[in-house]
Amino acid sequence: MRTITYRDALREAMREEMRRDERVFILGEDVVGYGGTYAVTKDLDKEFGEKRVLDTPLAEEVITATAIGAAMGGLRPIAELMTMNFSLLASDQIVNTAAKAHYMFGGQTRIPLVIRMPAGGGAQRGAQHSQSFESWYAHVPGLKVVMPATPYDAKGMLKSAVRDDDPVLFIEHELLYGIKGEVPDEDEEYLVPLDRGTVRREGSDVSLITFSRMAHICLQAAEELAKEGIEAEVVDMRSIRPLDLDLALDSVKKTNRAIIVEEGWKYYGTGQGIASLIYEYAFDWMDAPIQHVSGADVPMPYAKNLERASLPVRSDVMQAVRAIVPQKARA
Amino acid sequence: MAIRQVALAGLSREQLLGMYEEMLLIRRFEEKAAEEYTMGKIGGFMHLYIGQEALGVGAIATLGKEDKVISHYREHGHAISKGIAPRQVMAELFGRIDGCSKGKGGSMHMHDENVGLLGGYAIVGAQIVLACGLAFAAKYQNQNHLIMTFFGDGAVDEGAFHEGLNLASLWKLPVVYICENNQYSMGMSVEKAWSVPDLKDRAAAYAMPYEKVDGMDLIAVYEACKRATERARSGEGPTLLECITYRFRGHSMADPASYRPRDEVDRWRASQDPIPLYLEKLREAKAIKEEEIKAIEDRVDRVVQDAVEFADASPEPPLEELYTDVMVGDANAISWRYPRQ
Ligand SMILES: Cc1ncc(C[n+]2csc(CCOP(=O)(O)OP(=O)(O)O)c2C)c(N)n1
Repeated sequence: MRTITYRDALREAMREEMRRDERVFILGEDVVGYGGTYAVTKDLDKEFGEKRVLDTPLAEEVITATAIGAAMGGLRPIAELMTMNFSLLASDQIVNTAAKAHYMFGGQTRIPLVIRMPAGGGAQRGAQHSQSFESWYAHVPGLKVVMPATPYDAKGMLKSAVRDDDPVLFIEHELLYGIKGEVPDEDEEYLVPLDRGTVRREGSDVSLITFSRMAHICLQAAEELAKEGIEAEVVDMRSIRPLDLDLALDSVKKTNRAIIVEEGWKYYGTGQGIASLIYEYAFDWMDAPIQHVSGADVPMPYAKNLERASLPVRSDVMQAVRAIVPQKARA
Repeated sequence: MAIRQVALAGLSREQLLGMYEEMLLIRRFEEKAAEEYTMGKIGGFMHLYIGQEALGVGAIATLGKEDKVISHYREHGHAISKGIAPRQVMAELFGRIDGCSKGKGGSMHMHDENVGLLGGYAIVGAQIVLACGLAFAAKYQNQNHLIMTFFGDGAVDEGAFHEGLNLASLWKLPVVYICENNQYSMGMSVEKAWSVPDLKDRAAAYAMPYEKVDGMDLIAVYEACKRATERARSGEGPTLLECITYRFRGHSMADPASYRPRDEVDRWRASQDPIPLYLEKLREAKAIKEEEIKAIEDRVDRVVQDAVEFADASPEPPLEELYTDVMVGDANAISWRYPRQ
């Protein structure tokens, strides 16, 4: 194993898949010389040429539709949108075409498409550049929505996404590109499935159900809580659609307490969706009400202190845990 | 009456009569569909192509089987022209399992991979950008087919038109863009919607060849499309055709079209109906015998009758179909994975 960044892991995934399969190509704004907004596609044009790594005009709808059409035409596109914020200009094509073509044409059309896009806040980019819309897309049948938290998952899931026959929204977190983690050697083939979450830390007192950057926050919180004698289990869902509901239910049935931690807005979102499923299928195992730690319900402020206050941090998670794990469970 | 060798657009007599039959078939098919709609056999939105038949038939006649058509929600004519059996089109309208999209698409979402009709789309303008991707895939894989795209005058005002035409021109994609300018988008007249009176200026903005075509004249449509398809095939890129036409009915079955002056509608119907206009042309060229006209009418009636009977006899999709095709891999619908006890 080597230790590499999330960014490099993503680039390796694309390089390996492009070497493996001629049909895979990349398109997006500034993916060639500039290497993409976060330098993820950097230098791929040098190996694969501008036939397979294509700069497009600044036009999110046609980028996305070109990828969808190309997928219908037998290719396996990876479209990069500069950030998820701009996916709204393409959201018609994502929701109305990519998600539905297979169903509404009676199973004839396949859209083996990956749309990569960074999301999330925390870098003082302001209200229009710091958003997490995964709930919006995960709401739509026909789409897969995945959010890897580690370099290992980033590489393995991107490779799986490229090989998947359904449209996959591959959501990266802007603050994760620089993090490092262990990844098998290059060309040592491995895949991470798109419909299975993973338990990042075992624990018996409470389940922290989370994904993307918040998985790291939850792990830090769990380490702190362990000092108080509380063993938190950290369940990284990785994919929010399809959702590995069994994994979350198994954990909750073991710990009897659940806290959902996400960066997105609270109301009508991913966390509330997961909470409702837990109540629906594991109510009898619950010893305490589910807690939901989420981003503040505001457009993201620019001011550093306000932005920090709007994103869930370790202490928020710890506070939620202390609220539902009874004293006697603590050492 | 002796039939002499005719020379209309370099087409054989057989092709010329075939196009007549196809136009008539689409007309009769849709008249029948309107009847079935009124009787409650067909539901939802249904947009008829009546009045515009010369467009679909003339344009698609220039395509090979490998070429693809991608269209809007007013696509029954395109579906039939591209080769979906009228039975399957009618069954789709009836929402039955033998429809071309298993009854899951309906009037606005006809699709058949086998004949290359890659969908009717109900979001105005969507197919304009999707065509870029299909054409890109063809070019990338060195396939020689082209993509023909139909859209209305209303779609021109969507952002997709600008993004799509710009990219298609920039990348020299093999697309033929056909604007079916029937002069209204729902109730909005094109004069009120377009800041420039014809598409020539917009095409110029993308350095795209453009032609204005009489969309009621089958031969004119055929010839313009022939030029555009040859251009696309030879790698020179997309063409924009603006075909002037008129829909004889309302926007959809629900629309009495009271926003259009009575005399305007009457004038178009009386003097511009593409089917009698074309028949007149065939007669003038002495390309058709009177008994052939009768035989064609009889054949068309039989096909339409058969389509309705077939659709009526086809079962509704079994309830299991509700959860199939959501994804290629089916690990998707929560309610399906966790059936209620
Ligand atoms: C994006 C979008 N906006 C609005 C509509 C509602 N709508 C359906 S058809 C239509 C008119 C389109 O007119 P045009 O493109 O001229 O085609 P025509 O119906 O005349 O063939 C409208 C506004 C829609 N389906 N999609």
